[in-house]
Amino acid sequence: MTAATPAPEVETAELEPLSTRIRDAVRSGNLGSGPVILALGIIVLVFSQTANNFFTPGNFTNIITQMAGTCLIAYGVVFVLLIGEIDLSVSFISGMAGAVVAELQLPTGPHLPWYLCVFLAILAATAIGAFQGSVIALVGVPSFVVTLAGFEIWQGAIQNVLGGVVVIQDNMINNFSNYFFSTTAGWIMAGIVSAAYVGGMLGAAWSGRRHGIAIRDPLVLALKVIVVPVVAVLTVYILNKDRGVPFALLLVVGALLVWTFVAKRTTFGRHIYAVGGNAEAARRAGINVPRIRIVVFMISGAMSGLGGIVLAARLNSVDLNAGGGTLLIDAISAAVIGGTSLFGGRGEIRNALIGAAMISTVSNGMFILGYKTGTIFIVTGVILLLAVTFDTVVRRLQVRSGR
Amino acid sequence: MEAPNRAPPLVLWYETPAVSDTPLLELRGVTKSFGSVQALTDVDFEVRNGEVMALVGDNGAGKSTLIKCVAGIHPMDEGEILFDGEPVSIHGPKDAAKLGIEVVYQDLALCDNLDVVQNMYLGREAHDRFHILKEPPMEAKTVETLKSLRVTTIRSIRQAVATLSGGQRQSVAVARAVMWNSRLVILDEPTAALGVVQTEQVLALVNRLAEQGLAVVLISHNLHDIFETATRIAVLRLGRNVGVYERAKTTQQQVVEAITAGAPTKVAGIPSTQAAPA
Repeated sequence: MTAATPAPEVETAELEPLSTRIRDAVRSGNLGSGPVILALGIIVLVFSQTANNFFTPGNFTNIITQMAGTCLIAYGVVFVLLIGEIDLSVSFISGMAGAVVAELQLPTGPHLPWYLCVFLAILAATAIGAFQGSVIALVGVPSFVVTLAGFEIWQGAIQNVLGGVVVIQDNMINNFSNYFFSTTAGWIMAGIVSAAYVGGMLGAAWSGRRHGIAIRDPLVLALKVIVVPVVAVLTVYILNKDRGVPFALLLVVGALLVWTFVAKRTTFGRHIYAVGGNAEAARRAGINVPRIRIVVFMISGAMSGLGGIVLAARLNSVDLNAGGGTLLIDAISAAVIGGTSLFGGRGEIRNALIGAAMISTVSNGMFILGYKTGTIFIVTGVILLLAVTFDTVVRRLQVRSGR
Repeated sequence: MEAPNRAPPLVLWYETPAVSDTPLLELRGVTKSFGSVQALTDVDFEVRNGEVMALVGDNGAGKSTLIKCVAGIHPMDEGEILFDGEPVSIHGPKDAAKLGIEVVYQDLALCDNLDVVQNMYLGREAHDRFHILKEPPMEAKTVETLKSLRVTTIRSIRQAVATLSGGQRQSVAVARAVMWNSRLVILDEPTAALGVVQTEQVLALVNRLAEQGLAVVLISHNLHDIFETATRIAVLRLGRNVGVYERAKTTQQQVVEAITAGAPTKVAGIPSTQAAPA
């Protein structure tokens, strides 16, 4: 708003030792996704010891392509949860997008070029989100009811649109799940992602310094700036040992970066958190709350659409079951297991990726170990319950420990 | 022109010695009804720069309604608003904000999940033309504002408001109201939910606002708070003016009497019929 005051005038809030703040974070329950990442690490360790062919580049690639669709949908779910709403229609919106893509590419039908198919499918999904969001935000019908109705409606629409199985013959569309980049392209991507992340982090810190704001956690900053490139390089290294970096992973990481930027660095993102934290306060502060709600449901629709295309491409076809099964539960569980609050205002976009990785890893590992599908469902449910229970208990401790 | 035949020395507008300049905010003949309920009848009110004007009255006296008329939340049926001596019309919270009128509501309207800086700039974030947030200037200005109000108890401006005490939250809400070059700050029951120490902190803060030359309206039920901060005390009863008392020349007892049994007065201080049966 106003020009910054001269740097020397400004004193930043005192910095406390990192150890104190970590203890505070543990005590106040602001652990973020730390515990889930730790649990995921343990699960990977256990499976790698017990399941044959689990800890291999090929299976690593499988897990990534398996989770990509769910993860993309879950990004949208995180946005919806952040404003304290729910979207139960994401699975069948994604199925709808798959059906649209499949119908539009039919050589015997419209036979549109692949990019038009994809564009129109995502457009349709976004429009559905806009419609549902408008009913929620402008009329005031609870999102649970609106999207539950959407769940039925879009499921019915899929059944009516598709006569039966539609095979996707367009290779470009199938590439959404089946294309793998060359080794060189993989390394270039690792470089770009690392550079973008490190540049963004250091840029923000540097701009703070110019305004006389000390870097709050030099150690944490250094850790982040090192760990993220290492993870990127390691991932590409492993994937290159198999078929290379899948295009689906590019979508997952690209969407993660874009949406994290939107949520954390833009006024729109800030307003999303504000609406989720206290909608009345946001309204009084002049934020257009209905507009935020509608746009969030549009994001949810768009990500469901993109996820649906990836899921359709993985099977090279769309059938009457599109968007059914455990897709809805998996997408919402991914967001919640990752640490997003169901009550709004708390959560990060990356929670979706962490949660989706968790679900995908568990079902993949248990499948290799020969467990029945029923058992896998039970275990996934238990993990969801444990994750949320853990979060709730930690938060209650926060209240007990006083402010 | 006799004061009503009661003990308290009633100081009405026209009797108030011309201490400083013209009032920053002046309300004349404000009338407001909700359906058949007459909330305000012909109410006058004023506040000057550098003073804390307490607005008191029992429940249902019309304090909040009057404030909401000023804040642009309720349109008033009749009456006029003078700001800086100029007639103005306020049709919404944005009009009020444009004039430099900021209201700190009783519920504070803070987002618990956001940190202090984020709350201070809620809805008015500093951003570039791509709507990308500019955190450093926001952080710097927050530190500066809190410092100028001598709010020193907040450990880190990057901690979530949920982790703050009631007094600290109130301080953040007040600081937010002050930060926007505001000229008139209206505080609705700022100490209602606070403990003793925190109440003292907030009252000191209120005094500091007035010292900085702002006009402050303090709505409160707590006479102790009012007598610690207010320059003048305006009493409403049943949606009508009872009178304006100078803190230095009155006692709590007199104010209590005015709140509970004060006779309504007409605009120019002429006692209305019920007020002067004699």
